[in-house]
Amino acid sequence: MSLTYQIVVCGSLVPDPLQTLEPVTTTAGPALKNETMLPAVLDPWAGHALFEAAYLAKNNPGSKVYFVSLAPKAKLQQVMMTVAQKAGFELIAIDGPASGFTEAADVANALADTIKTIPGLDMSKLLVFGGWESASRGAGATMQLVGEKLGITDQFQGVDQITVAADGSFEILERVEGGKHQASKCAGAPAVLGWATGNLPEPPNNPQIGMANMRTIMPALQKAKPAKIAAEGVTFASVALPKQQRQTKIVKDMSADDIAKEIIAWIQQ
Amino acid sequence: MDPAITGDTNMETILVLAHTEADGSLAKPALEAIAASRNITGTLIVGLIGADTQKAANQIAGCGAAKFLTVTGPEFSQPRYATDAAAAEAIAKAAAATIIIVPHTSRWGRVAAGVAARLSGRADTHVTGISATGITRWYYRQRMEAQMTRTQRPWLIAIDPGCTVPLECAAGTATTTPVAVTVSSRTQVTGIKAPEARQQTIRPDAKLLFVAGAGWTKKQADGATHVPEAAEIILGFLNASKSSLGSSKSLVDISGEGQAVLPFMSHLNQIGQTGSTPRHAKGLSTCCHGEEPHTVGWRFVNERRAISLDPNCGWARGKADVLYVADAFAVMRKVTALLAAK
Repeated sequence: MSLTYQIVVCGSLVPDPLQTLEPVTTTAGPALKNETMLPAVLDPWAGHALFEAAYLAKNNPGSKVYFVSLAPKAKLQQVMMTVAQKAGFELIAIDGPASGFTEAADVANALADTIKTIPGLDMSKLLVFGGWESASRGAGATMQLVGEKLGITDQFQGVDQITVAADGSFEILERVEGGKHQASKCAGAPAVLGWATGNLPEPPNNPQIGMANMRTIMPALQKAKPAKIAAEGVTFASVALPKQQRQTKIVKDMSADDIAKEIIAWIQQ
Repeated sequence: MDPAITGDTNMETILVLAHTEADGSLAKPALEAIAASRNITGTLIVGLIGADTQKAANQIAGCGAAKFLTVTGPEFSQPRYATDAAAAEAIAKAAAATIIIVPHTSRWGRVAAGVAARLSGRADTHVTGISATGITRWYYRQRMEAQMTRTQRPWLIAIDPGCTVPLECAAGTATTTPVAVTVSSRTQVTGIKAPEARQQTIRPDAKLLFVAGAGWTKKQADGATHVPEAAEIILGFLNASKSSLGSSKSLVDISGEGQAVLPFMSHLNQIGQTGSTPRHAKGLSTCCHGEEPHTVGWRFVNERRAISLDPNCGWARGKADVLYVADAFAVMRKVTALLAAK
């Protein structure tokens, strides 16, 4: 039996993790200082979802990967220069903020409404992928909400592995407490998978894939529809960096024996 | 919730939802969620979901709940989106809850936002504090802390385990009210996959978090790498101390790149910006390097010590209470030997 999938990956941008982030207050609510200037990267878990989607599509010929992204389109274009070289996909861009302080519900509505417009969308082949959490809001909410909007009740979060059987069913491994995985068997598509890190390393850049992707990425960016994303009903009393500076005692010239004894005593306090 | 904040002069109807464990009892995160609900003024209702819920209701009979609503049946013993969401939705509607509190376990994390959507409400997850004036949660992977509230109801709040002192209350015989739910699912939970006992390095209840950095796999003073020896030392310490293992991203990424690495290390061990931020009383980092954002893995560790050859290590300076400038190979070998001798 030949299995083909329509794999829709939802993902956005986050500030480069090596950047210093500082919150500021604006008339629209909290934001990051110099947010528009901060270099952005693809959200790490969304990236894993994209790489897993590309791998699944490659192993099931005839499958197609769509990457639906809500982000400021100028920044999305920059990030796509790199991401497009790693996996084959068709970009569907939505122009809007990628701030962590926006509402997951608004983001999910925009994503789900866009997914519904994909020509030839077939629910019996649909797998909706994304990161289980983002590196911005980090709520683990958006994928669930997209699933609810699409009427998909087979949902999995913290996914590290999908194994497709010949009959179209698949086994999913989801992260649970204590470094363990919950194994589930799902009858087949449609399903929502919020990915953790998965098992695949980040693919190397492949200029050929990049060239093929870029032919569709630029028109997709030009066609990006603006989305109204806000945080209605939410009042932020404060957003602040934690006070984290400690007075570190530097211990030099102590023998390994003495350090070991001191650490043991500390552990056992 | 403080009417001055919410703009609502009505009392809240607070529903705490919890799953029962395999033995029918309530686990610590559920008791923490009930305790957290006491910070809000309102009527408390407890909703219990599981194969059998009476034992759990009896366990918290004295918690002050006005009502115990239950969804019971074998299909609700499995952590699964379709059944968990349907059960939670039914109880929330039966309770007419305005505030819903759940522990942010993997099970509730899977459905919290979906349940809120079904109720036309909103959810806030990974909450670290609930007070009369709102909630506290972190943004940008624990890099900034926000205090906030919202007007939407119902408001589902998923509170992270370890943030509240668990409820202590008298047990008794609770009267429960069953809520009928009919739901089917195309998903079957088939089991839990865990590493073998000796390879199990993640222990959420451990007092100590041991953080291994990429330095363990780098060239040492003799100009060679000693990865098998590093693995033996680390695993020996973990098994002797029963501590939990965390790792820097760089060390975990090496695993994915197919290099000779620590065989028991996986992405599940990763702490920090793209990993977890576990809660432990103490943390000992070894061979770790880096500045923010890597150090966010320390965020919820109270007492911190570090071993590094670099006295200016950004991971430790200003972040740890004590930095030992020493060879982690030598120190940890001796620490393990001392622990084994006790």
